[in-house]
Amino acid sequence: MTVLADRPVAHEHEHEHEHHEGPTGLLKWLTSTDHKLIGMNYMVTSLVMFFLAGLMALALRAQLATPNSSLLSFQAYNALFTMHGSLMLYLFAGPFAFGGLANYILPLQIGAPDMAFPRLNALSYWLYLSGSITMLLGFLVAGGAAAYGWVAYAPLSLVQFAPGSAPDLWILGIALTGFSAIFTAVNLVTTTFYLRAPGMTMFRLPIFTWNMLVTAILILIAFPILTAAMVLLFADRHFGTHIYSTAGGGSPILYQNLFWFFGHPEVYILALPYFGIVTDVIPVFSKKPLFGYKGMVFATMAIAALSTGVWAHHMFTTGVVLLPFFSLLSLLIAVPTGIKFFNWIGTMWRGQLTFTTPMLFCIGFLFAFLMGGLTGVMLASPPIDFATHDTYFVVAHFHQVLFGTAVYAGFAGLYYWYPKFYGRMYREWMGKTHFWLLTIGFWVTFIPQYVLGLWGMPRRVASYPANLGWQTLNVVSTVGAFIIGISFVFLLANFWVSWRKPIPAGDNPWDAHTLEWFATSPPVHHNFEKLPPIRSERPVWDYHHPDDLTITHGGAGANGKGHDHLAGAATVADAGDKA
Amino acid sequence: MASVVAVSPRDGESSSTVASRWRRRAFGLVAVTALPVILGGCQLPTFYGYRGSTKQGHDESLLWSGTMIASIVVLALVGGLITWSIIRYRKKSDEIPRQFQYHIPIEITYIIVPVVMVLILFGFTVYTENQVDAVTPTPAVKVHVTAFQWGWKYQYPGKVTVTGVTTEDPDPIGLNGGQCAPAVDCLGPGLVVPAGQTTRITLDSQDVIHGFYVPAFNFSRYAQPGVTNVFDLTVEHAGIYRAQCTQLCGLYHSLMFFHVVALPPNQFRAWLSSQQHLAQAASTVSSSNSTTKAAA
Repeated sequence: MTVLADRPVAHEHEHEHEHHEGPTGLLKWLTSTDHKLIGMNYMVTSLVMFFLAGLMALALRAQLATPNSSLLSFQAYNALFTMHGSLMLYLFAGPFAFGGLANYILPLQIGAPDMAFPRLNALSYWLYLSGSITMLLGFLVAGGAAAYGWVAYAPLSLVQFAPGSAPDLWILGIALTGFSAIFTAVNLVTTTFYLRAPGMTMFRLPIFTWNMLVTAILILIAFPILTAAMVLLFADRHFGTHIYSTAGGGSPILYQNLFWFFGHPEVYILALPYFGIVTDVIPVFSKKPLFGYKGMVFATMAIAALSTGVWAHHMFTTGVVLLPFFSLLSLLIAVPTGIKFFNWIGTMWRGQLTFTTPMLFCIGFLFAFLMGGLTGVMLASPPIDFATHDTYFVVAHFHQVLFGTAVYAGFAGLYYWYPKFYGRMYREWMGKTHFWLLTIGFWVTFIPQYVLGLWGMPRRVASYPANLGWQTLNVVSTVGAFIIGISFVFLLANFWVSWRKPIPAGDNPWDAHTLEWFATSPPVHHNFEKLPPIRSERPVWDYHHPDDLTITHGGAGANGKGHDHLAGAATVADAGDKA
Repeated sequence: MASVVAVSPRDGESSSTVASRWRRRAFGLVAVTALPVILGGCQLPTFYGYRGSTKQGHDESLLWSGTMIASIVVLALVGGLITWSIIRYRKKSDEIPRQFQYHIPIEITYIIVPVVMVLILFGFTVYTENQVDAVTPTPAVKVHVTAFQWGWKYQYPGKVTVTGVTTEDPDPIGLNGGQCAPAVDCLGPGLVVPAGQTTRITLDSQDVIHGFYVPAFNFSRYAQPGVTNVFDLTVEHAGIYRAQCTQLCGLYHSLMFFHVVALPPNQFRAWLSSQQHLAQAASTVSSSNSTTKAAA
């Protein structure tokens, strides 16, 4: 049973050694098509974007700490929140997940040597990098960066209201990164369908891979719409068309429909990968299989399907939306999301939980997303949206959702896979300090914003009057934001320390379940010399714990330990086939 | 107009002490078991929201309170389960726990229960949104509101047009500690409506998208070029209600304040007819001017 299955084609070893003698240093970085290097490029670039956008957020919060603040001009404030949102959503949260983590982890999780189209993969990264730089160049042109919000609603984004070249750079940046996302999605879908190792059936895919597959399909649905909307916007700005302006018979509402037809699936493009991380991490640190694996897969698909039919819930106050339809579909998303919550709880139930840094970040995610999700259900009800639309209530809601996913779950993933990336451990106490500071900062920042929104403070205002009693809560929120900022010092210091004084991690420090933990840390070129038999969604667990296989047929009546229908070790292979 | 007493922007909340707010909140938690109370309950906690100074806003407030109570229950349940799991099941030994994966009855339960909850919320939602969006065939007055960068134009019956540019006044909302003398000047241009009667608002924009948002009314609607929105407001009590543009509309979005002045109906009639006389006089003057010019 402990026999390893050799790689199907043994003579490839020779071939691989030739690959190893490729370019090194800068030339390697520029020319590599290795999914691990490209994924790492994506992660580093998107983290730079995250820190830039985070610094912008601190500037915004500093402005709001006093009423009638003149720290930033109105123009600068409008530009900064536009770029904060754009960087976080277009250049960090998405690319970090589907360009970074998925690129690195997904081929490893399915036992593949690389992505299906390695050169297309490299092109994706370079498009992403150039798109990001293009967007950031807006800060250098006359008039400053684009200042119409990350949604760029027409007519405000048309040339008569947003003159200058910064909006053009912004539009081009979106188009370039949009193509990058589409190419990555094609790669992820093809890789998942065609490059799975023998035995890796669809219902043995790790949930992270499942979620990335569904995310990639959503990208293929949503991103072309965004790119098209941007092309039309560009045409309106420069070629004299009137698609979004009433002057020539166009329709500003069309822009909102197109944008949100991208924008709402986008929310789940930003969420599903992070659900996947959490769903991979919680079982590992509970020493249990994922509870309700198949339910989880169908819940992910249900969320994706529903997410294509809820876009107009961002437009409830336009007065031209069929309210009951979009309200009902939006509310229904709570059901598969609820399934996920109960499955996560079920996974921890009667487990042996260890609270390493990745697990702590997952717990942080659960509470953040629970709050964000519940307020999301409220906002799906049009009358409540009428009262809170475009106020800080909405700001607090989507920050709790996106911070819960992209930050809590994203950094859970970063800590979780860090030993795999570098073969060395981070410092646990620093990770935990990061978590606790982040958590204090997170709740202190965003809970006051709910109240401010209910009191009537609109979003995207650079100043507010002194006589409304809004200052105290704004100060609290600003203090929280700076605590969040400080917490990331511990992340960077952690990387620095582990770089200077490495502690070897070994191949599988977490006793984890999925195939990437069978590879060396970091994985060799083309990933695997050998693979274990793949008989369930936990091949590495099965390999290390042959006496504790998953009990697959319900909870009641099973005889305690996991070898319920196994006569002996020789039939491990058969047992897995029934999984 | 100067005789109108300005009401607190947080009508109904400011007078109550923190303690009584908490008492009402506790009462709300008990009330969740009795759904009829939610339907008729005027004493539900508002959870920092406005009780609603319009008939429409009051309907919204009831939905909000009920939803908040249900959400707190769900938050307590799910948050409690998570908390219980991480406390009760923290690692105690190296023993491998039982590797169970499925429990079909439980899994079906937590599909069905959320579906039922969502459908109940949907029912209340549809009922409330139909109340909020209903327009009466016989409004007491019709006002056409047009938003622009950066201000508001109000057109009343009888060719009365009041335009307020929020950025022209150097201190339109008392930015520097409320230097402006009368309360009205500190709030941007005022939309005058009769209290206790229904006002039909027709809303559009002449440039970019703006947001017509009156916090105390629990109501907002986009003012958009190319789309004309029509809705009713029935302000229940005379007073001045702070309001603000909520949809980013360019450089001075942060200063695009306005307010709603609800006058007792007789005062409103008097104000409107005086404005109509002024408008008529002005148009007579301007038309006689143009006649003079044409003659010359």
